Amino acid sequence: MDTFSLLAQGFAVALTPTTLALAVAGCIIGTMVGALPGLGPSNGVAILIPLAFSLGLDATEALILMTSVYYGAMYGGRISSILLNIPGDEPALMTTLDGYPMAKAGRASDALVLSGVASFVGAMLATIGLMFLAPMLARVAYLFGPSEYFALYLLAFSTLGGIASDNQRKAALAACIGLGIAMIGLDNSTGMGRFTGGNLHLMDGVDFLVAIVGLFAVSEVFIFIESHGRSSAIGVKLDAITVPVKDIVRSFGTMLRASLVGFVAGILPGAGASLGSFLAYMGEKAWVRDNSQFGHGDPRGVAAPEAGNNAAAGGALVPMLTLGVPGSGTTAVLLALLMTLNITPGPLLFTERPEVVWGLMAALLIANIVLLILNVPMVRIFVKVLSVPPWILLPGVCMVSFVGIYSLSGSYFDLVLMIVFGLLGYFLRKLNVPTVPIILGILLGNHMEDSLRRAMVISGGDWKYLFQSGIAIGFWVAAITGFIAPVFLRRFLKKPQAHTT
Amino acid sequence: MLIMLITGGLRPTDTWQDDALSHVMVPRPCLITNHLERDLKQNHLTRLAGAVVLGLGLSGTAQAAECIAPANPGGGWDFTCRSISKIMYDIKAVDEPIQVTNMAGGGGGLAYTHVVTERADDAELIVAASSATATRLAQNAFGGMTSDQVRFLGAIGADPGVIVVAKDAPYQSLNDLLDAVKADPSKVAFAGGSAVGGFDHLKVLMALGRAGFDDITKVKYIGVDGGADAITQTIGGFTQAMTGDISEVVGFLKSGDVRVLASFTDERLPGEFSDIPTAKEQGIDVVAVNWRGLYVPKDISDEDYNKWADALTAVAESDDWAEQMTANGLAPFTRIGSDFQGYVDGVIEEIRTLSKEIGVIQ
Repeated sequence: MDTFSLLAQGFAVALTPTTLALAVAGCIIGTMVGALPGLGPSNGVAILIPLAFSLGLDATEALILMTSVYYGAMYGGRISSILLNIPGDEPALMTTLDGYPMAKAGRASDALVLSGVASFVGAMLATIGLMFLAPMLARVAYLFGPSEYFALYLLAFSTLGGIASDNQRKAALAACIGLGIAMIGLDNSTGMGRFTGGNLHLMDGVDFLVAIVGLFAVSEVFIFIESHGRSSAIGVKLDAITVPVKDIVRSFGTMLRASLVGFVAGILPGAGASLGSFLAYMGEKAWVRDNSQFGHGDPRGVAAPEAGNNAAAGGALVPMLTLGVPGSGTTAVLLALLMTLNITPGPLLFTERPEVVWGLMAALLIANIVLLILNVPMVRIFVKVLSVPPWILLPGVCMVSFVGIYSLSGSYFDLVLMIVFGLLGYFLRKLNVPTVPIILGILLGNHMEDSLRRAMVISGGDWKYLFQSGIAIGFWVAAITGFIAPVFLRRFLKKPQAHTT
Repeated sequence: MLIMLITGGLRPTDTWQDDALSHVMVPRPCLITNHLERDLKQNHLTRLAGAVVLGLGLSGTAQAAECIAPANPGGGWDFTCRSISKIMYDIKAVDEPIQVTNMAGGGGGLAYTHVVTERADDAELIVAASSATATRLAQNAFGGMTSDQVRFLGAIGADPGVIVVAKDAPYQSLNDLLDAVKADPSKVAFAGGSAVGGFDHLKVLMALGRAGFDDITKVKYIGVDGGADAITQTIGGFTQAMTGDISEVVGFLKSGDVRVLASFTDERLPGEFSDIPTAKEQGIDVVAVNWRGLYVPKDISDEDYNKWADALTAVAESDDWAEQMTANGLAPFTRIGSDFQGYVDGVIEEIRTLSKEIGVIQ
C-alpha cells in the first residue's frame, strides 16, 4: 500500500466526532499550557495521561489527544514570549528576541499572527516529512556518534555570542555562566557529584526550567516593582488583529529554511525542539543579507524560531516512532504513553501497527489545521488572559511559576533556587547582560560535555577523532567560518579604523 | 503570601530566605509530587508532578501511586515499571492506575538520591530496580548512598544479559569479539546503558576475564542513556558491540538490525530466542542476569510494605506477567519481601568483592 492509501486509512481512524472533539480540546489545552510560563509541552502531555486513563480512551484516541496537546503547546509558547517577554516554554525562548520588540513597537498582533503562520508551516512540513520519510530518516540517527554530536553542539555553542547583536562579550559571558551552571550535579560519566557543595538537591543539577522561570518571570517581577510598572515588559497593548500579508510573504523563505533546520534538529535524538528553534534563528540570522534588525523586532526573527521549533516537534517523532529513542522531553512522555498502551515503538512499528502510526499522522494534520484556526483568527481569546491589568497578571504569572516549579520535584529547594535565579536575572538585566544565552548554555553544556567525553573514550584520547567524519567536519567548518572566525576578523578589521579616527 | 514573598525578596537583609521558606515550605502536600527527568539529553521530561496535581484538577481522579523508572523510556527499568504497573492495575491488585515516571541520570543514582532525600516516607511510591542498582550501591556510586537507605521489595523475573553486534559486524561468535579485544583493545568499543563500572560494563569485563584478558583498564566502554541509545550507536558503527539485556534488544533483533552473540545464562532462552547461544556453551563461564524488581522508600510502614509485597506477588503469579516474560525473554525469578532483601544484601557483598578483584573499586 502506498502512503496515501495508508493515510486515508489513518483518517478513517482519526476522523470521528469523538476524536475531532479530542483534537480540538487537546489543541486548546495545549495552547494554554504552552502559553503559561513554567508549564511546557512535556508537562501538558504528562498532565493528560491520567485523564486519558480515567476517560477510558483507546490507543488512537489517547494518542490524538496527547499529540494535539504537544503541537498546541508548541504553538502556545510564543504567546507569552511575544506579549510578556517571558518564554511560555523552553522552545519559545528564541521567540522573545524579536517577538517582544515587535510587540513593544505596537505590532503585537502582527507578531502573533506571523508566528502562528510560521508555526503552521513548520509543523505541516514536518508532518509531511514524517509521513513520507520516517523509516528512511531513522537512519540519520545512525550517522550521529559522539564526535558528530559534539560538533553539532559546538556549532550551536559558538553562535551564542552572536545572540545579542549589541554586545557580544556580554552574551559570551552569559553563555559561560550557563555552561558553568550546567556542570553542577551528578556527572553522567562517573556517577560522582560535581560542584554540589555536598548539597544533595544539587546532585540532580539545575533544572533549566527553574532557571528560565527565575531569569525571566521572577526577575520581571522585581523590575516591575522597582519601576512601579513603568519599564516593565508587562502591559503591551494589543492592536487590532490583522493579517500582516507583507511580512508573511517576505518571511516565507525564512519559514521554509527554518523548518528544514528545525526538522533535522528534531530528528537527532537528544537535540530536540529547543535546539531546533535556536539553530533556525541563528542560521537565519547568518543567512539573510540584512540582519541588522535581528533582535530589534525583525519579523523574520519571529518566523524562524517558530517554524523551527514546530518542525523540530514533528521531527522528534521520527526517532521516537522508529527507534524508540525519544528526541525531546515531550516525545519521551509520548513514548511512555505508547508503551503504557502496549505499543512498543521500534524499527517494526510501521509494519506491525500501521493503524496506530497512520492514525497518528492523520491526527497531526488535523491538529495542525485546528491550531491554525485557533491561533490566527482566534488569537485574541488566548491573549485576553494576558491583557488583564499588570497588577493582576503579574501575581498570576508568579503564582503559576511557583506551582509549576514546585511540581517539578516537590521540593522547596527548587523554589529557593528559582528566586536566586530571579535575583541573578534582575542584576544581569541591570547590567545589560542578555539572559537567553544562560539558558542555552545550561541546555547545551551537558550534551556537549558528554559527547566529548564519549568521543575521547572511543578514540583513546585522540583529538583527531573529532574530525573524522564528513558530518563532523561540516559542523566544524560551519562553526569556524560562520561564527568563530568573524569575531576575530572583526577585531582585526576594526583596529585600522581606530587608528584613522 | 505571594506578595509577602516578593516584598520579602526585596528586603535588603539576609533574612528574606527564611521568610520565603516559612511561607513556601509549610504545606508539604500529600499529593504525589513527582519527579522528573533531569538528564538534559533526553530530557527535560516528564513533569509528572504537575501532571498529577493538575490531572486531579482536570479529571477528578483520586490520588494515584507512582512508579519511578530511573532511566529513559525504552530501557529495562522502564519496562519493569510499565509492565508491573499495568498488570497491578489490570488484575486489581491496586485500585488506581499507577503513574510511571522516567527519571534518568547517573545510572539510577538520580532516582535513588531523589527517593532517599525527598520521598523517604512516600508510601505510594515504587521504584524499578535491577542488578544494576545493586552493582552501583556495591561500588558506592550513588554519591555515598547505601543500600540500607531504601527497602528492597522483590524481584519477579530476570533479564538475561546479552552481547549484541550490528548485523554486518565481522564477529560471528562471542569468542571472535573477545579475541578481537585481546588482540587490540583499542579497536573495540562497547556501548551500554549503564555508566562506567555499571553492570553492563562489568559483564563485558567478566567475560574478558574468563577469556584470559586481564588488562581491563584498556577496555573501551561508553555509558549512554539507555539500551536503545546504545544499540543506535552500535548500529551506526561508533561502537563495535552493545552490552545490555535481551529486553532492550528485542525490537532491533526482530527487525534484523542486530545479531546477538551470546546470552549470559545457564541455559538457552526459551521460545524465539532459543537459537541464541549461551556464553557458557562458547566456553566463557559467565552467568549475568539482570533481575527485575522494585524497591520502596525506607520510612514507610510495614503495613504499606506488605501491601506492595502482596501486590507484587499477585503480579508474579498472573498469566499477564507470564506472557510479558515470554514476550521479552525474561526468565522466571521470584523473590519477594524479606527473602529478597536478604538476597540483595548478599549480591551487593558479592559484587563488591568482584569489583575489587577486577579493580573497579579499591
